[in-house]
Amino acid sequence: MTSDGAGPVARQRTLDVPAGTPSLREPARPGGVVQRRRRPPVISQALLTLVLLLFLAPLVWMVLSSLKSGGEIFTTPPRLFGESLRFGNYGEALDYLPFVRFMLNTAFVAIAGTLITLITSALSAYAFARLRFRGRDSLFLVYLGTLMVPQEVVVVPMFLIMNRLGWINTFQALILPWAFTAFGTFLLRQFFLTVPKELEEAARVDGAGHWRILTRIIVPISAPAFAVLAVFTFITYWNSFLWPLIVTNDASTTTVPLGLNLFLGQNGQQWQLLMAAATISMAPTALLVLLLQRYLVKGIALSGLGGR
Amino acid sequence: MALTGAVRVTDSRESPAPPRGPRRGDGRAATAFLLPGAIGFVAFTAFPILASLVMSFYDWPVLGAPSFVGLANFAELFTTDPVFKTALLNTAVFVLLYVPVNIMVSMGLAVWISPRIVGRRYYRVLFFVPAVTPMVGNAVVFGLLYTPRGLLDSVSQTLFGVGAPNFLGSSTWALPAVVMMSVWQGFGYNLLVFSAALDAVPPSLTEAAAIDGAGPVRQFFSVVLPLLSPSLFFATVLTLISSFQVFVQPYILTGGGPGNSTTTLVMYLYQSGFQNFRLGFASAIAWVLFVIIMVLTAVQFLGQKKWVHYDQ
Repeated sequence: MTSDGAGPVARQRTLDVPAGTPSLREPARPGGVVQRRRRPPVISQALLTLVLLLFLAPLVWMVLSSLKSGGEIFTTPPRLFGESLRFGNYGEALDYLPFVRFMLNTAFVAIAGTLITLITSALSAYAFARLRFRGRDSLFLVYLGTLMVPQEVVVVPMFLIMNRLGWINTFQALILPWAFTAFGTFLLRQFFLTVPKELEEAARVDGAGHWRILTRIIVPISAPAFAVLAVFTFITYWNSFLWPLIVTNDASTTTVPLGLNLFLGQNGQQWQLLMAAATISMAPTALLVLLLQRYLVKGIALSGLGGR
Repeated sequence: MALTGAVRVTDSRESPAPPRGPRRGDGRAATAFLLPGAIGFVAFTAFPILASLVMSFYDWPVLGAPSFVGLANFAELFTTDPVFKTALLNTAVFVLLYVPVNIMVSMGLAVWISPRIVGRRYYRVLFFVPAVTPMVGNAVVFGLLYTPRGLLDSVSQTLFGVGAPNFLGSSTWALPAVVMMSVWQGFGYNLLVFSAALDAVPPSLTEAAAIDGAGPVRQFFSVVLPLLSPSLFFATVLTLISSFQVFVQPYILTGGGPGNSTTTLVMYLYQSGFQNFRLGFASAIAWVLFVIIMVLTAVQFLGQKKWVHYDQ
């Protein structure tokens, strides 16, 4: 993509192609471009909308099913609605398992984990991007090397460490093991490198130390990178399943995905309640992404957080 | 820590001008900045990675003393263990189906959602939603679609008069069903990656190609695709890595069944380590997984010279 190193500001601008640029489908003829721009591709858009609706059907079906009685879910031909909208299913699902508690647990874990990640990553990234010290590049290579290691490799010894520390069924066991991965350091370092050095050299002449340069110059300029790292770290914590499954078996620290798994085990045949529980579990991150959608495409381009 | 020893302790804050000649170090500052992250990194990333390698050479129960067994765990995996072979094969099939379909769907839709689509930003983000909702939730919803008399079955019954197969109850259909659910869930990431890359393609280039007489297909393959190749490479590498780690989808949808027809490597790792409590054996599986991922990633990095264009 934009690997010209022109700095974050110029970098973002290149991503903002004006909305009316001619598409790849229609060859632009001299003089014909302007008229073409105005005409929306109706058929293409209609088909795309159909594809989108099909794509969203499972989620729509989840919500619709959560409002039916158990028997009304399985009909041939399928029906969108039951005889009445049973919002009571949600209350009933919450009676079975304390999903509100699970959400608070998960929110706490995700927020704490995200904060620790942001702070420690920013500090390390500054050292790697701006400070000179012996062994810097080899140390950074060690960090980079661990990026490729799948979570599953560390899960087994990590479980023993938690066991030894007596951290099973604690929040710190859910938070700390994943708050120091190399990814945040790597992402922020890459961004810090694109911040023009002239800015901080001026500040240094005025007597600013590293701490001030980081907090007053680099962090504000890098706000988009921090936002992306924050959102994706939060979502990763929120959705995490394998690790909570290993270190948690008590409602006091159960997270949302784990709670849904419990629900599946206990009331798996009561589909209307299961779908209500699924809707509750999926709403927070879905809403987060819909609210932040403006920044997502940019953020993904910025950070290359893809392919998960 | 080893870190502190490796650092030259001088302070360059008194030298505002860009240093020339021999570099001056920021050792003390570097130590202070690195320490908070490095302590956690050593404790929770570096040490467990090494510990996992060591454990793979041990018979390591949860209770009781571990005993060194050399390569016995690996030998068991590759000779006498039938489940591991199945898990390896299932994972390979999953990867071979999932990665190409994911890349084609996300690339196709990214191109389709061209600048002329009204509200393209909303299309993109809606396709992205399942990628950020908990995988457990997505899998539970697909459980309802796949189950006999579920949505797919009743739609098929209504439209064609024939019921759908029992997706999750058939060892033929279960793995493809897991793949389909995974593609639905996961392609949104790559869609956003490709969309961002497409937005950065200067329209003047495709216009120039059009003036030279290139049709839309030619424009895409000769002009746009080479420009997208870094993103395509990057997305393929990451998608491949993550697809080898598939766990939640089969865990929730099928529990690895019927039989072992959807048991994947990570699922077998979980069963070995945390249901049968053979921690050394589970570590050995983890390292086999890691080596596979490393080799395939290395191969892709070596191969990229042939098709990835980094200059614009």
